[in-house]
Amino acid sequence: MTIAMPLPDGATIARRDAIVAALRDIVPGEGVIDDPIAMRAYDCDGLTAYRQTPLVVALPETTAQVSAILRWCFDNGVKVVPRGSGTSLSGGALPMADAVLVVMSKFDRVLDVDYGDRVAVVQPGVTNLAVTRAVEEAGFYYAPDPSSQIACSIGGNVAENAGGVHCLKYGLTTNNVLGAEIVLMDGEVLRIGGRQLDPAGLDLIGVVVGSEGLLGMVTEVTVRILPKPETARALLIGFATIEDAGRCVADVIAAGIIPAGMELMDRPAIHAAEAFVRVGYPLDVEALLIVEVDGPPAECDHLIAEIDTIAVASGAVSCRASQDEGERLGFWAGRKAAFPAAGRLSPDYICMDGTIPRRRLPEVLNRIGEMSVRYGLRVANVFHAGDGNLHPLIMYDAEIDGQLEAAEAFGSDILRLCVEVGGVLSGEHGIGIEKRDLMPVMFSETDLMHQQRLKCAFDPALLLNPGKVFPQLHRCAELGRMHVHRGQVPFPDLPRF
Amino acid sequence: MDVLHPASADDVADMVASAAARGERLTIRGGGSKDGVGAPSETAVLDMALLSGVIDYDPAELVLTVGAATPLAEVRALLAGSGQMLAFDPFDHGPLFGKPSGKATIGGVLAAGVAGSQRLSMGGGRDHLLGFTAVSGRGELFVAGAKVVKNVTGYDLPKLAVNSWGRLFAMTQVTLKVVPAPRARVTWVAEGLDFADAQRLMAAAMGSTAEVAAAAYLPGRRRALLRVQGFGPSVEARGQMLAALGLRPGNDGECDALRTLAPLPLDRPLWRINAPPSAAPAMMAGLSGDWLADWAGGLVWLASDQPAGEVRAAAEAAGGHAMLVRGPEAMRRAVAALHPPAAGVAALEARIAAAFDPAGVFASPRMTGAVA
Ligand SMILES: Cc1cc2nc3c(=O)[nH]c(=O)nc-3n(C[C@H](O)[C@H](O)[C@H](O)COP(=O)(O)OP(=O)(O)OC[C@H]3O[C@@H](n4cnc5c(N)ncnc54)[C@H](O)[C@@H]3O)c2cc1C
Ligand SMILES: Cc1cc2nc3c(=O)[nH]c(=O)nc-3n(C[C@H](O)[C@H](O)[C@H](O)COP(=O)(O)OP(=O)(O)OC[C@H]3O[C@@H](n4cnc5c(N)ncnc54)[C@H](O)[C@@H]3O)c2cc1C
Repeated sequence: MTIAMPLPDGATIARRDAIVAALRDIVPGEGVIDDPIAMRAYDCDGLTAYRQTPLVVALPETTAQVSAILRWCFDNGVKVVPRGSGTSLSGGALPMADAVLVVMSKFDRVLDVDYGDRVAVVQPGVTNLAVTRAVEEAGFYYAPDPSSQIACSIGGNVAENAGGVHCLKYGLTTNNVLGAEIVLMDGEVLRIGGRQLDPAGLDLIGVVVGSEGLLGMVTEVTVRILPKPETARALLIGFATIEDAGRCVADVIAAGIIPAGMELMDRPAIHAAEAFVRVGYPLDVEALLIVEVDGPPAECDHLIAEIDTIAVASGAVSCRASQDEGERLGFWAGRKAAFPAAGRLSPDYICMDGTIPRRRLPEVLNRIGEMSVRYGLRVANVFHAGDGNLHPLIMYDAEIDGQLEAAEAFGSDILRLCVEVGGVLSGEHGIGIEKRDLMPVMFSETDLMHQQRLKCAFDPALLLNPGKVFPQLHRCAELGRMHVHRGQVPFPDLPRF
Repeated sequence: MDVLHPASADDVADMVASAAARGERLTIRGGGSKDGVGAPSETAVLDMALLSGVIDYDPAELVLTVGAATPLAEVRALLAGSGQMLAFDPFDHGPLFGKPSGKATIGGVLAAGVAGSQRLSMGGGRDHLLGFTAVSGRGELFVAGAKVVKNVTGYDLPKLAVNSWGRLFAMTQVTLKVVPAPRARVTWVAEGLDFADAQRLMAAAMGSTAEVAAAAYLPGRRRALLRVQGFGPSVEARGQMLAALGLRPGNDGECDALRTLAPLPLDRPLWRINAPPSAAPAMMAGLSGDWLADWAGGLVWLASDQPAGEVRAAAEAAGGHAMLVRGPEAMRRAVAALHPPAAGVAALEARIAAAFDPAGVFASPRMTGAVA
């Protein structure tokens, strides 16, 4: 394991009993867990290669309790790690030996639904899918649909700015959240955003979304809900080369069509998925594209015909349009099973998450193929083709010495490549600890310091979720100084962890 | 009043650094189309005009990178040439202040949080600014966000740029997500409605599968205007859903009122009120003046002589906020342009401003009323 966390503070660990007692004064009954065995349920998130038993776990039920916990920790210099459902793939919710893990799962109520203004007010522990369940009878849904939607929480979605296969047309979490109640590390409770579209001043909710639990604890969220489209239809299109598939995607968009979803799988991913769920994917193609359109039947029929024409023109070797709901879901079944399918081929896998300009896709997949040979590890690629978000699944066996390290190095090389071609380290899974040390590949020291100063405005003592996202901890007092020379690395002597 | 004309991002950095070192303030200007907003400024002006021009545009990627002072009109013309548009539908506000149109810049539009009627269905500038380079009040050039449409790497600083009113940093380059322009659009009309009925009708349409792109109410004509757009067969099918709600096809030109605000008198203070749509009719019952409503009722443009305190109290009671867009100089000296936030939020905003601009080079009392 190659990612180091800040060294735990022995003095805090030595005060554990007092900390537990103080938390029990705030959260009564079973809301504080300090039994090491019981705490094991919380020792990792979706990045399971990294585990750490927390100092103590608190499960508050009210904003007042969250505020009191943070205030007490602030006064006593104790770190806090927020956690929703623990499905993060980047280690954002990884506990620390010297930090209180604050788990938001008891914040599980839908507080208000207003169909006139098309908003729902929910507590952060409500799962993503439960928001849709709460409004679907009235014909509405919550648009962002991460594959983990039955488990992941809205609070976690806000923290990670989660996306899904439909975010090309309907946006990520950030485009579907209007307001929130947050608690700052010093216990102050703030309402940011609201039910209206625009903020009065700075877009604070905009910057809290995607902040990976570093700026504040989210205790309530106001989301937009949308009327469910009348129908959806999909096309399953096979190509002899990745280049042809890439051209088809570009031509669909050039034709003015923004599909509800547009997903690409390469040969290893197609074969893995087909072996797992047997949905009738063609096995003689190099690339398989699923394009979904939604809206009134007249729109779907029109667009299906247009996309079919474009597909043929770009050299598709097979093209099938769904004729009914069962067939459409069948097209998706393989894609949705891509992760477990990779899990069946290999004891372990890691899922990468870079974004690239789409036009660079063939080149990037070729180079990933070369790396796969070099590292001796298999890789299957699924790709949110519409927005350029690549999910290479790197398969390895943790039992074999050195394979985890090789897989991590392979993953890092892929992300460096994404940045090199003009893309980014993460399209939707977040930086967490997983990509933390790669941040300087994308951002200069000056860029990173501008981001870290934002943290100082919210959490000047750096107690909330430390060790995540940023490869270097700068004290806020140091960050606040004005520098005479631009571009100079200011603190060469600070430890990197 | 001094005007500085940086020709490059490095010039901007040098000018800001030396202003910071001397303890001076600078006001960032794009096209200057909103110089009339807020208390009159007595600082030197950092005129971004030379940082203009297209840097990269690949229609198939849906991404556009331009110099921050590129005129809005130029951006729109470029996109239109490839059948694309800015989804947030910004429009030029020169005429609101009795100035010619055509001067607004893309950076100014973003910093002013400007968005048109389509904001209702397609999002605002916040939803389409992917990345930027800027010079902070420290005189340092930095990069934020990215040049691809999907990115969660680091804090989403582009969100802070939109509606920042030049208070944090001077953007030198911006990268925007662009979208295909609709092939067809039809405006549907319902007549003889008071605001409450119109708001309910607009909410019903927004809650239907008609995918309404824009919805406005003109009180003078007691009319609701609802626009559907997209591919021909779809626009037709969705139009029939509006017909079922009692609307009839109208004249697309009527929507221009929401861009020019022509029905509103120029000689009265102009407010921009953002509130939850369902609360807007009751709010407007307590306010006097001429007004128009956009965003299904969620945005009200109000030209009124009513005291600022009353306008803001009404907006707050509705769960919203009111910005003073235009007013006589004496009023702008006394009334902050931006709706004053709650104390905790105001303190956080001040800490964020100080994080980017510790010396207060860009501090803008004319917007916040915060500095004497
Ligand atoms: C099988 C699988 C498929 C996935 N598919 C997708 C996908 O399609 N798209 C996608 O975007 N992601 C996907 N993910 C990743 C993950 O589900 C998302 O990142 C999700 O948003 C995490 O939510 P959570 O409730 O599990 O958060 P956690 O894992 O508990 O926490 C994630 C981060 O949020 C912070 N946090 C949690 N709650 C709060 C709160 N209330 N206040 C402040 N900070 C908080 C934590 O500190 C941590 O940094 C997938 C994960 C798995 C395991
Ligand atoms: C109060 C108000 C509300 C408005 N609402 C709308 C609306 O709803 N819809 C609409 O279409 N138009 C609206 N407008 C018009 C809008 O202001 C102008 O279209 C836009 O500001 C024009 O850009 P400009 O280049 O002239 O900006 P300027 O007037 O020069 O500047 C606008 C603001 O942005 C800052 N700024 C300018 N350039 C930069 C930069 N490069 N980096 C950082 N900050 C910068 C300035 O400091 C100033 O605070 C509104 C205008 C005002 C004054």
